[in-house]
Amino acid sequence: MSDTAINTMGNKAQNLAADNAPLIAADGTPLKQKLAKTTRTMKTRAFLLTMPLVLFIIISFVIPIGQMLHRGFYNPAVSNVMPNFSVAIKDWDETTGELPPEEIFEIFVKDMTLARKNREVGKTIGNMATRINYEMPGSRSLFTKSARKAGKITQGPYKEALLAIDKKWDNHALWRTIKRASNDYTLSFFLAALDMKYNENGEITRADPLYQIYIPILMKTLFLSALITAICFVIAYPVAYLLSTLPLRTSNLLMILVLLPFWTSLLVRTSAWIAMLQQQGIINNIFVFLGLLEDESRIQMIYNQTGTIISMVHILLPFMILPLYSVMKTIPPSYMRAAKSMGATNSYAFRRVYFPQTIPGIAAGTLLVFILAIGYYITPALVGGSDGLFISNLIADHIKKTLNWSLGSALAAILLVIVMIFYWMYNKLVGVDKLKFG
Amino acid sequence: MKLTKLLAGTAISLAIASGSTAAIAKDLTVVSWGGAYTKSQVEAYHKPYIAKTGTNIKSEDYNGGIAEIKAQVEAGNVTWDIVDVELSDAIRACDEGLLETIDHSTLPAGADGKPATEDFLPGTLYDCAVANIVWSTIFAYDKSKMADGPKTMADFFDTAKFPGKRGLRKGAKVNLEFALMADGVAAKDVYSVLETPEGVDRAFAKLDTIKGDVVWWEAGAQPPQMLADGEVALTTAYNGRIFNAVAGEGKPFEIVWDGQVWDLDLWVIPKGAKNKETALDFLAFSTSTEQLAAQASYISYGPARASSSPLVGKFHNADIDMGPQMPTNPANLTNAVQNNFEFWADNADQLNERFNAWLAK
Amino acid sequence: MAEIKSATEASYVRFENVQKSYDGEVLVVKDLNLDIQKGEFVTMLGPSGSGKTTCLMMLAGFEPATHGEIFLDDRPINMVPPHKRGIGMVFQNYALFPHMTVAENLAFPLQVRGMSRSDQEDRVRRVLEMVELPQMADRRPAQLSGGQQQRVAVARALVFEPDLVLMDEPLGALDKQLREQMQYEIKHIHENLGVTVVYVTHDQTEALTMSDRVAVFEDGVIQQLSSPESLYEDPQNSFVAQFIGENNKLNGVVEKIAKGICQVRTDDGTLLYAEKVNVDGVGDKTTISLRPERIEIDPPKGTKNVITGRIEELIYLGDHIRVRMNVAGNKEFIVKVRNRADRRPLKEGQDTKIGWLAVDCKALDYVGQ
Repeated sequence: MSDTAINTMGNKAQNLAADNAPLIAADGTPLKQKLAKTTRTMKTRAFLLTMPLVLFIIISFVIPIGQMLHRGFYNPAVSNVMPNFSVAIKDWDETTGELPPEEIFEIFVKDMTLARKNREVGKTIGNMATRINYEMPGSRSLFTKSARKAGKITQGPYKEALLAIDKKWDNHALWRTIKRASNDYTLSFFLAALDMKYNENGEITRADPLYQIYIPILMKTLFLSALITAICFVIAYPVAYLLSTLPLRTSNLLMILVLLPFWTSLLVRTSAWIAMLQQQGIINNIFVFLGLLEDESRIQMIYNQTGTIISMVHILLPFMILPLYSVMKTIPPSYMRAAKSMGATNSYAFRRVYFPQTIPGIAAGTLLVFILAIGYYITPALVGGSDGLFISNLIADHIKKTLNWSLGSALAAILLVIVMIFYWMYNKLVGVDKLKFG
Repeated sequence: MKLTKLLAGTAISLAIASGSTAAIAKDLTVVSWGGAYTKSQVEAYHKPYIAKTGTNIKSEDYNGGIAEIKAQVEAGNVTWDIVDVELSDAIRACDEGLLETIDHSTLPAGADGKPATEDFLPGTLYDCAVANIVWSTIFAYDKSKMADGPKTMADFFDTAKFPGKRGLRKGAKVNLEFALMADGVAAKDVYSVLETPEGVDRAFAKLDTIKGDVVWWEAGAQPPQMLADGEVALTTAYNGRIFNAVAGEGKPFEIVWDGQVWDLDLWVIPKGAKNKETALDFLAFSTSTEQLAAQASYISYGPARASSSPLVGKFHNADIDMGPQMPTNPANLTNAVQNNFEFWADNADQLNERFNAWLAK
Repeated sequence: MAEIKSATEASYVRFENVQKSYDGEVLVVKDLNLDIQKGEFVTMLGPSGSGKTTCLMMLAGFEPATHGEIFLDDRPINMVPPHKRGIGMVFQNYALFPHMTVAENLAFPLQVRGMSRSDQEDRVRRVLEMVELPQMADRRPAQLSGGQQQRVAVARALVFEPDLVLMDEPLGALDKQLREQMQYEIKHIHENLGVTVVYVTHDQTEALTMSDRVAVFEDGVIQQLSSPESLYEDPQNSFVAQFIGENNKLNGVVEKIAKGICQVRTDDGTLLYAEKVNVDGVGDKTTISLRPERIEIDPPKGTKNVITGRIEELIYLGDHIRVRMNVAGNKEFIVKVRNRADRRPLKEGQDTKIGWLAVDCKALDYVGQ
């Protein structure tokens, strides 16, 4: 055997050992450890750089959205106001058809008296009454009125005394509702948001058709948003094409016109549309002036769906144009030329070659516009009149006017779920990695 | 060393500065509904109060409701010191513990010496709220366009006799009362009918008859504007807004008092208000006989004190007697309803839901 | 080798007095006349902005001619839209449709023509075999290497069997080695199929390797249209001489012309003899053009032009040595010395005699330094 053969064998043995044992760095530490050590500082630095963003997202998105979702289920009004009663009522068996027993009434009256005396913010009889009133409209004043008088009840029998204050307390359904509301966690608000409710027997039923509002409005919101998205697309596509093909100087000018709405306050834009579209407004005046319309038959173009659609299309148009433009800008004219050189007519080349390549932009634009549209509320509120109402207007109403934050949260959560479903569908159909937003 | 000294020095001088300003001029944030209404309060309350005490008053506008008060109180950061609210909101906010209670004995006696508790009109003093004015929702029309105008609430709903668009406030409150009265329910029976499901159905059925002709408004400033623009032929409105359009801008509007629903505006002090003492002092000052009467010369809202009525004179810059313009004027009260806050506290949520569902249909 | 043909002969593509302006102020193409025979491989060569691509685009139909007429097979085509011209085209960045597979790309022109599906598949398979990519049919263009994309682009331009194929700098995006390989492949495809090719490039090696004839463009004008060999050997003016291959310049004044040979006095007083190509007469300023490989060190006796220069720099390049010299005031004078075992050792700073034949240097239009 020659020296070389021995050498090769030695090398082989070394390689074999290396395959089994962890690789060792020059200073004897395992290579993986060494590698982790050297990259650690880099990783830490990268992490620290992203920290502000992570914190920002957690504080401004994750926590509020989590809170909102939680609030849709969680409403501790009763247990806040009547901590002892809300525990005691759990023992009451409502299936017997009897009112709760005397000792529960005693705790109820004592809790009520205490709450009235303390008048602590968020823990007053008013808070509880509001909560019960959501489920049993008309019962609010029963609580507030009784609470004023309950202080005078100093000894038993408490049941009789309470019934003496108001005989409406002799209502089995009321106590069932109170018991149900004593749970901090409830489905009531999500049911209400879906036009359903608990009936007197505690079963889930559909709300009276006269009071069904959220599902119809939600459907209408989705329909109008889809329509607005479609109109935006039809208008934006040629504009974006023009922008992407014009010489830079002209396209910049046009781009400024496209972006101008972005730089104008939403309220100003919406008010401008009111001035334009109202019955005594500019467009109607022009029609009447040109003799196209009689003075008496001016068209109603605002404070209805038409107004909502027109002004929302205007406001959301840039969100459609920009992704389309950014995609079209990257499609060199040589594709169309190549198609034509191979014998394709303009329209065939457009259908088979140009259009398919703009799909990522179309997808991004429609997704963006649609999602923005279903969440809109200022514009519908200002120009929507009675039939331009969006689901967000109802949410805003519950947050700002009726103060039923739980119902508002439940509605918002449903809206969030819908948006996420659309996003998921888009991901399936187009692929999120292909979306191009600009 | 130097830095700490500097910081300490700054802190001390700041403390002195802030202490001294507090001693010289007090601050007060007064919140109200804006427009002609706030202007009348500025003229009748703020200016005299500033002249008297040197308090630095900051006037803010809002759109009603108790959302902001609730948010401020719950966050423990109350920046509003005294707020002008509607009765149902005052009751609800009080029930929910969002307001300071007000000792009625601190209110000044009337000009005729009657104690405040007797001088204030019945139903105007509450645990947490003191009324300043009586206002009303009425309907009005442009008499230059309608020579022989409507006279009754039924006329408002009669689109054959009085064609044209109608302005209505977007919401259930007041509209349901109007509908029932137009449908022949007597003013005193309105709420007892409305308390029954059939009554609610009846009201909505009546609203159905004009639904296609309605333009909905939300802010108090809208109806006179819509009337002036010719967007509507008839509109419900707050009486003071229409009066100011007539007296201040010379608009040819006419108010129909039949079927008016009157209500109160009250001062409340959010719980934990930073300048609670000043707010209480301002409240007492502004609800005195003279100040309430003075306000009535700037806007046609009735003073909540009996003793103010005789002092009500003419509009501040025109020769118009204010007496007949008040919702409380006996001639205007022949067929009138006082807004029932309890009914609305109980039923507002449900009826607004139904109203929205009805609207969206 | 093809000689310059007379315009009267029937030609397949003809440009007749074609002018093109984009802005109405500057003519990008000035009065172009060009005849291309059927089956010919003609390259339009020139620096960027010389008008060569514009000519190609006018021929393809993507740019209208401002003036003049273009004929294809004796038919005027100015008013024929591009999709009816039946011209295959390979684009600079291939323009393969990214959303289609290779096979779909290749089938595109066949679909447009309404060919049956089985015929389409047949053709696509054949053309893929021709470019040696039969297994790539289902790949997307982005999954192919640059060279493969290039081949697909060529295949796509040929798959519908056009008589004329235009290529717009098709090899510009490839690295040097691949570019050379593709040059031969395109040349072979051309020879095998017999299609007419009009090829645009700014790379003179490409032009010389592949073409039957080369049209050198500059400033919207064809400076010279001839075979690669005569382009190199007999440049008609200074621009062509300098654009094609390496070239030494010597400036001077014509003192005498006899039998097609000019006697030129260079700026530093040396007397040289050069072939008369582009000078009018005695007294003209002229630039003499001379290829570095035609110069000999220590020329044999009787060499017409002998001159002494100083070696400034020596660069060893393996097969030859580049010698930079200061000759007749030109410090950038290059001489290529073949690397032979018996070559004379050279040193920087040495004064050396060099010489060349009169026919190897051309008296051309004066361009200055």
